[in-house]
Amino acid sequence: MHYKDEQLNEEKVFKDPVHRYVHVKDQVIWDLIGAPEFQRLRRIKQLGTSYVTFHGAEHSRFNHSLGVYEIVRRIIANFEGRPDWNQEERLLCLCAALLHDLGHGPFSHSFEKVFKLDHEDFTREIVLGDTHINQILARVSADFPQKVADVINKTYQDKLVVSLISSQIDADRMDYLQRDAYFTGVSYGHFDMERILRVMRPTEDQVVVKESGMHAVEDYIMSRYQMYWQVYFHPVTRSAEVILSKILHRAKYLFDNNYQFALQPTHFLSFFEGEVSLSDYLRLDEPVVLYYFQMWADEEDPILSDLCERFSNRHLFKYIEFNPNLQMKEWMELYRLFSDAGIDPEYYLVIDSSSDLPYDFYRPGEEGERLPIHLLMPGGDLRELSRQSDIVEAISGKKRTDHKLYFPLDFVEALPDDSDLKKKMLTILFD
Amino acid sequence: MLTNHAKIMKFFKASEEVVGRKKLQKMIYILKKCGVPFEEKYEFHFYGPYSEELTLRVEELCNLGFISEVKEKEKNYYQYRYQVTEQGEEFLQHSIVELPVIDERIKVMKERSSRFLELVSTMLYFDHLSKQEVEEKVQIVKKKQNYTEQDMKEAWAFIEECKQKQ
Repeated sequence: MHYKDEQLNEEKVFKDPVHRYVHVKDQVIWDLIGAPEFQRLRRIKQLGTSYVTFHGAEHSRFNHSLGVYEIVRRIIANFEGRPDWNQEERLLCLCAALLHDLGHGPFSHSFEKVFKLDHEDFTREIVLGDTHINQILARVSADFPQKVADVINKTYQDKLVVSLISSQIDADRMDYLQRDAYFTGVSYGHFDMERILRVMRPTEDQVVVKESGMHAVEDYIMSRYQMYWQVYFHPVTRSAEVILSKILHRAKYLFDNNYQFALQPTHFLSFFEGEVSLSDYLRLDEPVVLYYFQMWADEEDPILSDLCERFSNRHLFKYIEFNPNLQMKEWMELYRLFSDAGIDPEYYLVIDSSSDLPYDFYRPGEEGERLPIHLLMPGGDLRELSRQSDIVEAISGKKRTDHKLYFPLDFVEALPDDSDLKKKMLTILFD
Repeated sequence: MLTNHAKIMKFFKASEEVVGRKKLQKMIYILKKCGVPFEEKYEFHFYGPYSEELTLRVEELCNLGFISEVKEKEKNYYQYRYQVTEQGEEFLQHSIVELPVIDERIKVMKERSSRFLELVSTMLYFDHLSKQEVEEKVQIVKKKQNYTEQDMKEAWAFIEECKQKQ
């Protein structure tokens, strides 16, 4: 039997708190899960720094990847025999679902911003490069790794296949919303996924949803909206993220200026030098990063040491609401006051905006910038979701945005009480 | 302050006005691929390279009152028109952000349709491939757009022109 058709003698199941069980029967999937590059995902948290706010949010990208695979497996089971569905694409969909986050690094978002990296490039490199994952995929067929990479990169010819993994209603979002809600313990993020799966239908270009399932989709859209503001963009999590970014900036700055680290930053060298090889990238997971942060807390450089102590011990920056339009002059004044007080504003006075953590709200795609969710009407025609649903129309109109100013209040308070600088800072910050 | 916002504001200022969200997305992407240091992350979507980060940033600039967004009804669709406001001008005066000169590139892009810019940005997305592979890939991912050989030829010339312009 050809490798692509090989089945395990007995179905394997992973107990899962969100989907109850994740079912594996294909030998290829079983082998991929066992590959070191996939096992590494156990050491990358799904929600990065959110655990400082929600102590349960310690789940990993490994959990999530299995969840996405399971959802796609169930969708495909429903699609079998329907028009527009090509069963030949089944294994490709399952592999792409399982591997879609393979290139995520530690605390992905900050790392990508500071070191100008893109996890999707690394996903491609792992799938196509000299890796265990590539060897497994290549046993299916010589062009199979490229097909998997194309699906994940959203450039595969069959757009229906792509839309299962990546669209405005896809397996990726359906898993992470439920999983993140479960592990953070919040009551948002829940929706009737079983219902959505039952009313999904394949079409030539995308998955659509029968109109009778509109209310279940509304719930899904609402949960996306609420999870963003209540979990993903939580201001305390953002504070930890701000400090994390500043640590990376500071460490790179020190390296660029020939600072002698007490602990050689071996795992970071290629990141600092801007030439990150795949093997370097794979070696740097979150436990390694946290080890460095703990050690850097004892470095002589006061800024690096302080920021690392803050991150490790959840000694976070405070924040205030900030309007960059109305408070532009106050910000300039604060910047000067912080400098005069010896609190370097490049590291200790930070504006964080909602666009710094992009999260895709539902977009009706009025001008064809994004493909919207389409409802399949009883007569067979397609209609964009927000044109049928008042709820979706309401939350896809004018968008809420947010800016906050982060700073170490303890540093300001530590200035002498009779200090003019301190009085002025506190007045601007809190009056 | 707000360095990435300021860069986008400089783009709007140089453009005087931008009509169409899709066009805006593709213009920034093409400039980015020509070496202009925009930081918005793009991914490939149904209509070519798209940046959710850019969409959010533009929404923030609208909410802050730095740019105006006017929704206009065309024959059977809506389009959006963007311009820098007075408050936006004031924000830019305080900003120390520098961008390379992009006026000429913006001018030639504004003269083109969003369909054409979608083709150009899609070709640039695959610029790690050979010319022939790029064209094959475009025919695969943009099958329904029915781009002709002439469209491709024009797009290659346009890319060359954009890369050379200062």
